[in-house]
Amino acid sequence: MSKTLTTAQENTAFFLEDVSVSYRIPDEKIPSIKEYAIRRIQGKIEYNSFLALDNINLSVNQGEIFGIIGRNGAGKSTLLKILARVLHPTEGHVWIKGKVYPLLQLGAGFHPELTGIENVYLNGTLLGHSRQDITEKLPEITDFAEIGDFINAPLRTYSSGMTARLGFSVATAWVPDILILDEILSVGDAAFVEKCSNRMKDFRESGATILLVSHSIDMVAELCQRAALLDHGKLVTVGDAKEVSEEYRKLIF
Amino acid sequence: MSTNTQIYDSAKSASPAIEEIKDVIKYKDLIIQLIRRDIISRYKRSFLGIMWTMLNPLGTMIVLSIVFSRIFAMRGAYPAFVITNLVAFTFFSQTTTAALGSMLWGSDLFQRIYLPRTAFVLSSIGTGIVNILFSLVPLIIIYVFTKTPVTETILLLPIAILFLAAFALGFSLILSAAVVFFPDIAEMYPILLTAWMYLTPIIYPEEMLADVLGGWLLRLNPLYRLIRFFRLVTFDGIYPTMQEFLVAMLFSFGTLFIGWIFFTKQAKKFAYYV
Repeated sequence: MSKTLTTAQENTAFFLEDVSVSYRIPDEKIPSIKEYAIRRIQGKIEYNSFLALDNINLSVNQGEIFGIIGRNGAGKSTLLKILARVLHPTEGHVWIKGKVYPLLQLGAGFHPELTGIENVYLNGTLLGHSRQDITEKLPEITDFAEIGDFINAPLRTYSSGMTARLGFSVATAWVPDILILDEILSVGDAAFVEKCSNRMKDFRESGATILLVSHSIDMVAELCQRAALLDHGKLVTVGDAKEVSEEYRKLIF
Repeated sequence: MSTNTQIYDSAKSASPAIEEIKDVIKYKDLIIQLIRRDIISRYKRSFLGIMWTMLNPLGTMIVLSIVFSRIFAMRGAYPAFVITNLVAFTFFSQTTTAALGSMLWGSDLFQRIYLPRTAFVLSSIGTGIVNILFSLVPLIIIYVFTKTPVTETILLLPIAILFLAAFALGFSLILSAAVVFFPDIAEMYPILLTAWMYLTPIIYPEEMLADVLGGWLLRLNPLYRLIRFFRLVTFDGIYPTMQEFLVAMLFSFGTLFIGWIFFTKQAKKFAYYV
């Protein structure tokens, strides 16, 4: 594979250079807490290192809808964590331009005792927005979520679909520079899925980069221009989404 | 797209302690929102709601007064003395425990989204400050009830609370950074708190420990210094000496400084352990 650029071009959204992530997996074959304490003090707890990402080089341009596919445990989530800045690579160099939004799965960070509005403020500030920004967007957010008068009721009274819709509308109320979509479009009824897809199209038109992570080969082939195939922490192929999808199909069947 | 686009470059190694301060300022509304959440959600489903912040120290004080007021002969009213110490100690124990819990609670969010890593600890301290202000109400009621005079030294109370908060923040940061690597700390901490409470003159007068280890047991206990400062300006109505002021400041802001450096230095590794 050819080495990617080590400096950012005008239209680069992000790049990874020689990025590796190695987790320590503790050896669990320890019989008791006492034994554990003794071994810990002696420094004899064994860790196996596990290479979740192995020397990844990848560069994605602004405005691309980029797919990431691979089997379970291929390193997709780890790659997303690197891009969401929650994980610092063990080795290598990451460069990202602008704000990255992970779509919080079904409203992670929501609190069941707070009302819809209070949760909108909580989730909005979690994404780094000021109260004032949120107040301005509030009508738009509640409209899009279609939960009506429930917006003033505690979240514990919501159905899971309503929670998901509210989570989606907060997270997508602002156009990010890079949006991470992690199997999220499967929530809600058909009409809401349609609305979500339209919003994704709006994002793309305003120049946002979208990263789609999916098991679904068809979705990647259909929505993305380019895609990357990960396997056992290694980048197998980067290229045209349809070709990469075909390669993935061969890998799993 | 935003006009002033921020660039994240993992190769640029700016000082993490300073970066964290910048991020906290940027996310200050989040911290306020987390404090609101803590306070609202804690009391929403209970009938007396926020009143419990005031009833709790009152209840504990009554129990302790019944048990101990005859044992510890002292000048001034024991109920007023003990509620003063309790309000200060409860602030410390509640904030540090909450900060510890928030690291475990927040680990799910930390895996998904970038946030200043100190946000949860800071919001725990903020919630504690709101609570301690509420618990000043029963404190004043007991003062009136026991005819304990309130003098102008009470004007130093904000400084006493500031010192306590800085110490609690620094200590929480050390604790919550350590618990990521050693989860056992979460189980051990309640025991440590109990021990610390009994080794600090809270329910008994400090004269009782004056001679222990030549007085060093008291002198080296930062919590004692800060609770004493708090009590001097409220219950005793005495101005702390300049030396007492400086020692309290050193203990509180020194701990905060060390805690901030330690926590932000370790923060990069958290995602590998949580």
